[in-house]
Parts: sequence; C-alpha cells; structure tokens
Amino acid sequence: MTRTLLLCGAAALAMTALAGPARADCHWQPERPVTYVVPWGAGGGTDANSRMLASLLEEQMGQPFNVVNRTGGNGVVGHSAIATATPDGYTIGAATVEITTMHHAGLTELNHTDITPIALVDIVPSSVLVAADSPFDSVNALLDHARANPGELTGSGTAQGGIWHLALAGMLNAEGIDPGAIRWVPSDGAASAMQELIAGGVEVATPALSEGKALVEAGEIKALAYMHDSRMAALPDVPTTKEALDSEWTLAAFITVSGPAGLPDEIACAYEQAALAAFDTQAWADFKASRGADVVKMGREDLTAMLARTSDNLGATMRAIGLAQ
Amino acid sequence: MLEALDLVARWDVLATIGLAACYGLFVGSVPGLTATMSVALLVPITFFLDPVPAIAAIATASATAIFAGDIPGALLRIPGTPASAAYVDEAFALTRQGHAERALATSLVTAALGGLIGVLLLSVFAQQLARIAVRFSSVEYFWLGCLGLTAAIAVANASLVKGALALLIGLFISTIGIDIATGHARFTYGQIDLLDGVSFIPAMIGMFALSQVLRTVTMDLDGRTVTAKVGRLWIEMVGVVRRYWANILRSAGLGNVIGALPGAGADIAAWVAYALSRRFSRTPERYGQGHAEGIADAGAANNSAVAGAWTPALVFGIPGDTVTAIAIGVLMLKGITPSPRVFITDGTLVHAIFLAFALANLIMLPLGMVAIHAARHALAIPKRVLMPLILIFCLIGAFAVDNTLFSVGVMLVLGLIAYVMEENGIPIAPAILGIVLGKIIEKNFLITMIKTQGDLLGFFDRPVAAVLGVMTLGLWTVLIAAAVHRAVRPVPSEGPRR
Repeated sequence: MTRTLLLCGAAALAMTALAGPARADCHWQPERPVTYVVPWGAGGGTDANSRMLASLLEEQMGQPFNVVNRTGGNGVVGHSAIATATPDGYTIGAATVEITTMHHAGLTELNHTDITPIALVDIVPSSVLVAADSPFDSVNALLDHARANPGELTGSGTAQGGIWHLALAGMLNAEGIDPGAIRWVPSDGAASAMQELIAGGVEVATPALSEGKALVEAGEIKALAYMHDSRMAALPDVPTTKEALDSEWTLAAFITVSGPAGLPDEIACAYEQAALAAFDTQAWADFKASRGADVVKMGREDLTAMLARTSDNLGATMRAIGLAQ
Repeated sequence: MLEALDLVARWDVLATIGLAACYGLFVGSVPGLTATMSVALLVPITFFLDPVPAIAAIATASATAIFAGDIPGALLRIPGTPASAAYVDEAFALTRQGHAERALATSLVTAALGGLIGVLLLSVFAQQLARIAVRFSSVEYFWLGCLGLTAAIAVANASLVKGALALLIGLFISTIGIDIATGHARFTYGQIDLLDGVSFIPAMIGMFALSQVLRTVTMDLDGRTVTAKVGRLWIEMVGVVRRYWANILRSAGLGNVIGALPGAGADIAAWVAYALSRRFSRTPERYGQGHAEGIADAGAANNSAVAGAWTPALVFGIPGDTVTAIAIGVLMLKGITPSPRVFITDGTLVHAIFLAFALANLIMLPLGMVAIHAARHALAIPKRVLMPLILIFCLIGAFAVDNTLFSVGVMLVLGLIAYVMEENGIPIAPAILGIVLGKIIEKNFLITMIKTQGDLLGFFDRPVAAVLGVMTLGLWTVLIAAAVHRAVRPVPSEGPRR
C-alpha cells in the first residue's frame, strides 16, 4: 500500500515536472496497436533507436508499437507515410533531418511543417573517415590535397544530395574549396559506403561517427574528424572540425519521434510525456551508452524551433553548393 | 571451448533455443513472413535476455525460418521465404508426383547439414573469410551480379528465347523506382509507394502463389488432390545424404562464402547453388521435372549462407544480410562490439554463439519432422477450400511486408502477369532472378562509372574484378558459341514445360 502511494506520488511529481507550462490534459492512451514508421532500413541507427524507443513506449502506454521500415526514395516514402497518416495518434514515426532538406533538393513538396514534432531522439554528428592505409593523417592534409587536385578524390556515405553528401560538400565550401573537388559517389547507406572505403573503392566517407565507430575501433578505418563542437566520449582521440578547421564547420543529423501534422494537442502531449519518461529509464541510458551516444532530451516546443532553424541553415548551404533546386 | 559449453548447457539457454526453433518454423512457413521479419519481431524480447540466449534465439529463429520456407514451397508452390524461391518449382513438381516426403526430407536434412557445415566453417575460417569479403567494391559486385544473371539462363527450363524474355521482364520490373545515381524516379507515375521500386516479397508471392491459384481455379479445381505419403522421412533423409553428400558439401561451402559477402544473402546463395548443381549434374535433363538433387544443393547452400552472413557481422560489424543487420544491433546492446579482435575479447561468448547455432541446426531435425507431418494435412484439404485459403495467405503475406494495401496491389498485378506468362510457356524463375539482380547490377554499374568517370577499363583494373570479369565474359562466349552450334545443327528439343 505504502509502495503504491509512493509510486503514485512519484508519478504525479514526474508529471508536473514534465508537463511544464499548463497544457491540455495529457491523459490520451492508445486503445489498439500503434504503427511506428521508420523511413530507413533495418539495422541502421534510425532503426535501432526507433525500435528501442518503441519497446519502451510499449511499456509506458500499454499497447504494442509495431515498427515498420518504409524505405526508399531517399527517405521520401517513409516521411510521406508519417505526414499523410490520419492524425489520430495511431501512426507516429521517426522523422529525420531529411524532412528539412528534401524539399530544398526538389525531391518532394513535403517539409517539416507537415509533421507534428514530439521529441528529439538522437543527435548524429557526421565524421571524416579514411581507410587505415590512407596517406592522409589529418582532415587538413586531406583538404589541402583536394584543393590542389580537384576531382581526383572520391567520397561516399549516402545517396546524391543526402545529408552526408551535404556534410562533405558543405565542409569543402566552408573551407573555400570547390564543393565538387571531392567527387561524390552515391551509395545506398553508410554501411555500403564504408565497405567501399575499406575495399579501396573511394578515398573518403562522411557518415555519422557512431556508424563508423566499430570499424575505427577495429583499426580498419581512421577517423580524421568529428563534425561536432565537442569530442565523442567513446572516441576522445578524434579531433572535432571546430578545433581543426578555420571555418569551424559542423554538421549533425538527428532523429525525432513525430506524428502527422494536425496531431491533436492532447495526443502529442501524451506522447511527449511518454517519450521523455522513456529517455529517463535505465534501459535507454544503457542502450545509448552501448552505442557511444549521449542521452538527449528535447520536447516538442524546442524541437519545432530547431526543425525550422535547420531547414533555413541547410537550405542556405544547399544553395551555396548547388544541391538545391 | 569448455567454458563456452558451460554457457550454453543451461536450461534457460536450451529452452530459449527450443522455443525460438518452434517460433522460427512457424513464421518461416507462413508465406510472406520472412526470416528477417521473424528476427525483427524477436528484438524487443531479446532486451530481457542474457547475451547468450538473446543471440541464440536470433540465430535459431533465422536458421529454422529459412528451412520452414520450404514447407509451403513444396506443398503449395508458395515459397515461405525468398530463400526458397530458387527451387520451389522443383519441390512442387515432386509433390505433384506424390513424392512430397522426398522433397521435404531433402530440404530438411540438407538444411540441417548445410547449417552445421556453415557453423563449422564460420568458427574455423571467419577471420580469413571476412578479410576477403570486405575487399569487394562496386566493381566486384557488378561482375558477381552478371554471373548471377548468367545463372538465370541455366535455371530456365524452357527455350532460350522464352527464358531470355522472362529475364527481360524481370529486369524491366527492377528498373521501376528511383535511380540511385541521379535520383530520378522512373515508371512510377507519381506513385510515392513505387519510389523504392516493386518490393520483392509481394512480387514473389504474386508470381509464385497467386499464379498457381489462378491456374488451379481455371484448370483442375475438381482434380484429385495428390495424397502425400509422409511416413518414410528418415529413410528418405538417409538416402539423400548417401546419394548427394558431395553436393551437400560443395554447396554448403559455396553458400557460406556467398553468405559472407555483404549484401548477398541466403536467397542469392540458393540461386547460384541450384544453377551450378544443374551444370555439374550427370542428369541435368531431370531438373525442373522434380529432381531432388537441385533441392539438396540449394537447400544446403541457403542454410549455410545464414551462418556465413555472421562472418562480416562479427568481425567488422558489416551485416551479411538483413538478419545479421538486426543481430549487430542486439550484439552491441549486449556489450559485444564486432571487431577482428572479437575472438580474443569475447572469445567464450562467440564460441557459445557458435555452439548455440549448431544446436539450433540439430534441434531442427526432430522439430522439422513434426512440422512436416503437421503441414501435410494441408494437402488433404479439397482444392475448393484450399485455394481461397491460399489466396487469403497471399493477401496477408503481401500486406504484412510494410502494412500497406499498395503491396497487396503489387502482389495481385504481378500474379496476373505471371499467370499470363506461364500460360504462354514463359518461365517465372528467371523473371524473379531479374528482379533481384537487376537492381544490384544497375546500381554497381552506375557507381563504378561515376568512380572511373566513364572509363570502361575501370571494370578490370582491380585483381579480383579482373578475374570475375574475364570469367563472366568467358562464360558468355561459351554460351553464345554453344547456341550458334545448336542453331547450325538442330537437335530435337523438349516441349515447353507446364
């Protein structure tokens, strides 16, 4: 009895703490299974984060969350599935940074105003990777070579115009080098790009450092830089681009949990609460630690602002490097 | 090794393996539910398990699901998983002759042996194999895809022209969707669901299963159902091993290597093993008429590939297929970071995983026999009842892939196309292979062209690529020369097969 009371008290405390400014009541609960759309393939970072969160939401909300990978069209298919779903709370999904860039690229009309952001799940900074036997030992040596020999080196990481392409071209542009000085070789994901890197098919790859971590630790590839303003705790020897480059260029992708536009406030608020509570669990902390990532916590208000800001910033970069339509 | 045995020989690990085997058999035998899906559904459960039972559950479910895919394939001509598609015609032909027990016994025993050999190779050669596999770039994959396409001609049982036509239909279907190099959408007519191309599993269900339903309904709905004798599974299994032990060894080795290549998986292993089996067989003319030899080869290859896919996953964290892609996530969650040093840092654990894998393949024999006995009753059902049931399975299977009605539409349209094709003697198998390989070949061709800036010699300037390229071109020359030879001196050929 005492225990129940204590639990109730703790729950009430947690609620007041999380609810922040007075909102509509957040008591909405799903009554049947929820579909959780992931726009990227099984096995990747978005998939792993989303599956973990889905299983925690399942515990929080008492209904099964079915993770569905809707891949294709460089993310357009999955993001459309999230945005065009009925806003009844039974379809949510992992909208990623691409929701702010793909409309600039002319892939789709869809943009960040077509979804209801709920919470930030992960921040995924990019990196500069080369093969273990590469002659380049620093990001500056690599950039100097690219400046002197435009078009000789090739880089990969994702599809043409994808976020990791933007990371490489944006970095070159920020350093005053022609964005095409390292030619982009499209791949269908970070895994196949790193395979090309090890096999000697390309000279540079710029996926997330978290995606390359295992291979860096295995000594198969070298990480020259982390495109972030602070070093990764799991790989403290990798310098950041903020330290190494004059332009202090950084670029991070991110993963959110979002619903379709027009999701009623009551439902969005209930999901926000459940997601933030899930981020506080030990299971989530262990999961994040195993991937060498930090736990991030950001609710819908800040996330909405961040999406708008990212769209403007990345849009400007894309126009500068000729990736925008 | 003894420490590893200690980790596995516990009741909770053994119980997990037993349950996962039953679960894998069930999921694999439902058309449309793949081995990947069986593993994906297991992930939330593995969060609550210790590392060894968690990985054991994944390994067991994937191995048994790949075998179980053969059950509906042999009995109803619906491959339960894509890995069974290569030899579904062969197995179904045996069932129609009343030899379902031979088809299934062959599948079961070769699956178990292939899996065991695969684990053995994995534990001995994983590190060396991974070194080779990881050196493959887009050029090597391009040539590998071309070799696979050449296999399509060997798979086809009909005339060369009709086989080629089927292949072209498959290749055309594979061009639908966004093109990776330029990002342009092709043949999508504004359908967002088509951007990723025609998804393979609904296509496979439609082309094999729905076309079979249509043909049965239009031709012999009242025909007597073949009664299958399933009493002599053990005898059949012993016979298969005695007759085809060389095939099983060869294909298990081959399947393991193909499985270790990132991106190629159990399905490709089965296609290649089947094609090679026919080429090296003393009785190639019996293929497609219901010949257990092809099933033995492909069945051993796909289960060995399941083990092979763990090679690059454990050593480099690069998944060999979608199952191991998920497994990597679970490994890392359990504190095991894939690396070449994984055999030193987590040696006991890795050996425990191998043991669990071997155990899964052993337990598959008795459990698989039970599953076959249970499934045989499907054949006793009158066709008037069975066909609508299969149709429902097709609809559910297609829907289950990504929870969209669009996939059901894809399944229905391709089923109709396949029906028309078969009515005109055009085989289905090469079309399916075209859908699988078309994307791989096109993607890697374009990537290579971008890398070399249009220089065709770039396809030969890496040693492995040069060997594969010369092999492929040599094979084509031989095939064309043989065709010309035959055209000059015509030999009586067999009629189109139904």
